[in-house]
Amino acid sequence: MRPMQDYPPEPMPISARKSPIKLPWNSFGLMAVLLALILFFGVMSEYFFSAITFRTLINQVPALTVIAVGMTFVLLIAGIDLSVGSVMALCAAVMGVLIADSQMPIAIAVIGALLMGLVCGSVNGFVTAKWRIPSFVVTLGMLEIARGGAYLVTNSETKYLGDSVGFIGAPIAGLGVSVSLLAAIFVVLFAQWVLSKTLFGRYMIAIGTNEEAVRLSGVNPIFWKVLVFALAGLLAGLGGVFQLGYLQTADPNSGIGLELAAIAAVVIGGTSLSGGRGSVVNSFLGVLIIAVLQTGLAQLGVSEPSKRIITGLVIVAAVLFDQFREPLGRLLRRS
Amino acid sequence: MNQPLLRVTGLSKSFTAPVLTNLDFELNPGEVHALMGSNGAGKSTLCNIICGIHAADSGSFEFAGQPYAPSSLQAAEALGICMVMQELNLFGTLSVAENLFFRTMADRFGIVRHDSIGRRAEEALRGVGLANIDPAQPLAELGVGQQQLVEIASVLQRALPDERTTTSIGPATSHARLRASGPDAPRALKLLILDEPTAALTDPQIDLLFEQIGRLKRQGIGVVYISHRMHEISRIADRISILRDGGLVATEAVADMNVDRMVGLMAGEVAKDEYALAPKMPDQQDHAVLLKVENLSRRVTSRSGGHTGFLDVSIELRAGEVLGVGGLIGSGRTELLRSIFGADVAHRGCLRLASDKFDRPRLMGSPAEAISQGIGMLVEDRKAQGLFLTGSVCSNISFTLLETLTNRLGLVDVSAEEQLALTMCDKLSIQFDSMQQPVSSLSGGNQQKTLIARWLANDLSILLFDEPTRGVDASAKARIQDLIREQAAIGKAVLVVSSETQELLKISDRVAVMSNGRLAGIFSGPDLSEEELLAASFRFYASDAGLSA
Repeated sequence: MRPMQDYPPEPMPISARKSPIKLPWNSFGLMAVLLALILFFGVMSEYFFSAITFRTLINQVPALTVIAVGMTFVLLIAGIDLSVGSVMALCAAVMGVLIADSQMPIAIAVIGALLMGLVCGSVNGFVTAKWRIPSFVVTLGMLEIARGGAYLVTNSETKYLGDSVGFIGAPIAGLGVSVSLLAAIFVVLFAQWVLSKTLFGRYMIAIGTNEEAVRLSGVNPIFWKVLVFALAGLLAGLGGVFQLGYLQTADPNSGIGLELAAIAAVVIGGTSLSGGRGSVVNSFLGVLIIAVLQTGLAQLGVSEPSKRIITGLVIVAAVLFDQFREPLGRLLRRS
Repeated sequence: MNQPLLRVTGLSKSFTAPVLTNLDFELNPGEVHALMGSNGAGKSTLCNIICGIHAADSGSFEFAGQPYAPSSLQAAEALGICMVMQELNLFGTLSVAENLFFRTMADRFGIVRHDSIGRRAEEALRGVGLANIDPAQPLAELGVGQQQLVEIASVLQRALPDERTTTSIGPATSHARLRASGPDAPRALKLLILDEPTAALTDPQIDLLFEQIGRLKRQGIGVVYISHRMHEISRIADRISILRDGGLVATEAVADMNVDRMVGLMAGEVAKDEYALAPKMPDQQDHAVLLKVENLSRRVTSRSGGHTGFLDVSIELRAGEVLGVGGLIGSGRTELLRSIFGADVAHRGCLRLASDKFDRPRLMGSPAEAISQGIGMLVEDRKAQGLFLTGSVCSNISFTLLETLTNRLGLVDVSAEEQLALTMCDKLSIQFDSMQQPVSSLSGGNQQKTLIARWLANDLSILLFDEPTRGVDASAKARIQDLIREQAAIGKAVLVVSSETQELLKISDRVAVMSNGRLAGIFSGPDLSEEELLAASFRFYASDAGLSA
């Protein structure tokens, strides 16, 4: 072997020399936005800091939260899942029928709902990954199929379950928060842990960044992609359980448009639609921002049409901000 | 004597390294001028500068007696300089006619006049022997060869603007003429650049193309013709210019040129000791064979009958040896590596591994399978197929080993990962600020070393490197070449594809040369010279002996 030579150092690119200043578009930035919204509505409306507001929030938030967690994973691998709203309704319907018609214990009904979600998600994932069909199309199909399934299961009727499932959504005495909210927060923290600490999380980011490079490095991306869609389905099923606990009815019409709310929350949280970058905790903050915005606007007496327009503007502003954060960062650094 | 149509004086151009240095070139009107040279000699760069894609660093141009400095492809086309590129610039879902008249297909209201462009398209297609093609057919339904002819036809129809637009067919045509004579419309063709136009064509199609080129000559149009096929050049060209290392070596009449002389000119005189740096294996027979590639083939046939891939390649990789793979770009080198690695599955033939005692024929079905058998591959295009650009230096290096750094709960041992990455960075002299900085912020050379580190971190016995030093600076290049020798020295079998003959000579013990999908020979010892390698790389282009056989 020849003796090692000395190599002149290569010039470092300028971008690598300074660590780039990050705008507060991380968790802290989102928390600041959330806090500002809460303060704004607190000042503008005398009713905002009240038990009713809190009750409304904790009732609405859990289902959207767990679905947004699944959506974060799907967007991370550069996919999309449009079926979650329908799958949630189908799973709630299965659970409702198991309790109301088949007299099953609640635990069995919950398992039935989760299994239903897992099956729907696995089908999404398998068709998408195995046959390389865009997930947009596959899950659009599943959106219709699951909705039809929900009508079939319930015979197109709303099932009233009464108080038996109410404990899922009702605040625990003395603690003030519901079982479902606690469970949703646990899911968020666990999913964030999976994303940042485990092999699965690393593979998701890698697949979203460069799927061909993953394959050429000897890792089969198909397995992991199916797993991600299956999880999104499972979490939609969990969302269905939470929804059922809150409404105490299984309504085959529930969750229409929920997939868009979930995508909006995830995007506000800064997850990239083209894959490879995202955070579960930030998606949760996105869910809270949307929920606070809607509740607050309602209390201010803003009409439903105006509420939707404002929410839409917030979504676009969030993505615009995300798009231009690097040039903005340079601008701030210069001044 | 007439003045030349195009005169290039003292042209220089650098990208990361100098590509053209002080190059002179002349093209006469009505002349077909062939350009030849090995990979990286500067042919494409010269043509890209002539037609305005790149700007020259220095040097002057004269076009038809006027100073000429094109600012863009459009500016060059406005003067009548057009180029048919190797990569087709066509739209598969649009019709043939719409492709032919892409910029002039609509009238002034923006409505596409299908009747008018259809008629004009039929005429243009007849000129290149595609009379049986329906102009309304989507282009994607045509084979690659036919598509190539459509591209040529779309350039050629600009050469005959008058006879076409004056034979007025109707009001639509006069609109078309109005648009065609607008400020941004290309003027009549004066200079045509053809880059490997016959690569995907069949013999009758080539005959038709040459007929068309003959017609252009008679109209006084100058043609620059890039090709590797000497027998075609001797049929069509008047003069031939040979480029080497970014400079013009010779311009001669085609009649005075033969293959031996051409190869000699392309190779030039290289100081032997310059590439004799590598410690060559005194006797390779001493080294154990690790992998036998037997009659491996993978041929992909396009609709028109053109082929890509490689046929019946048999080679042996030995422990402790660097086997270089040379040949022209597109000769099947990358495809061969990808099939050994399982990135694409080979169609015929097999691999035999020393670990199976060579008695089990295998085909790699996936990269994962190849890796489990101890084979790793550095991809040709690091950004598209190798790196996770937004990922950290650390995660890019550790990727293939991530599973072994994971405990039963799925938790990645981050400190062990960082330790591994640090060790590799140190070993390969990768320069970085932080393990967590995105790999996209590194220089090209450090990016490449990061990707190499991913493979060296594994203990694989067979390493396939595809263009390991492409697009890296000189110091990183030297380091990577050393690394390759070091890997052989510790007993690995290394296969290196490179477009630089000098590099192959420097680092390889033996060099296999691919030519038009075939293995043209394996050279070692006294046979290992630039002339031999170049001559071999042209071998199967000279007849129908390559992929089409």
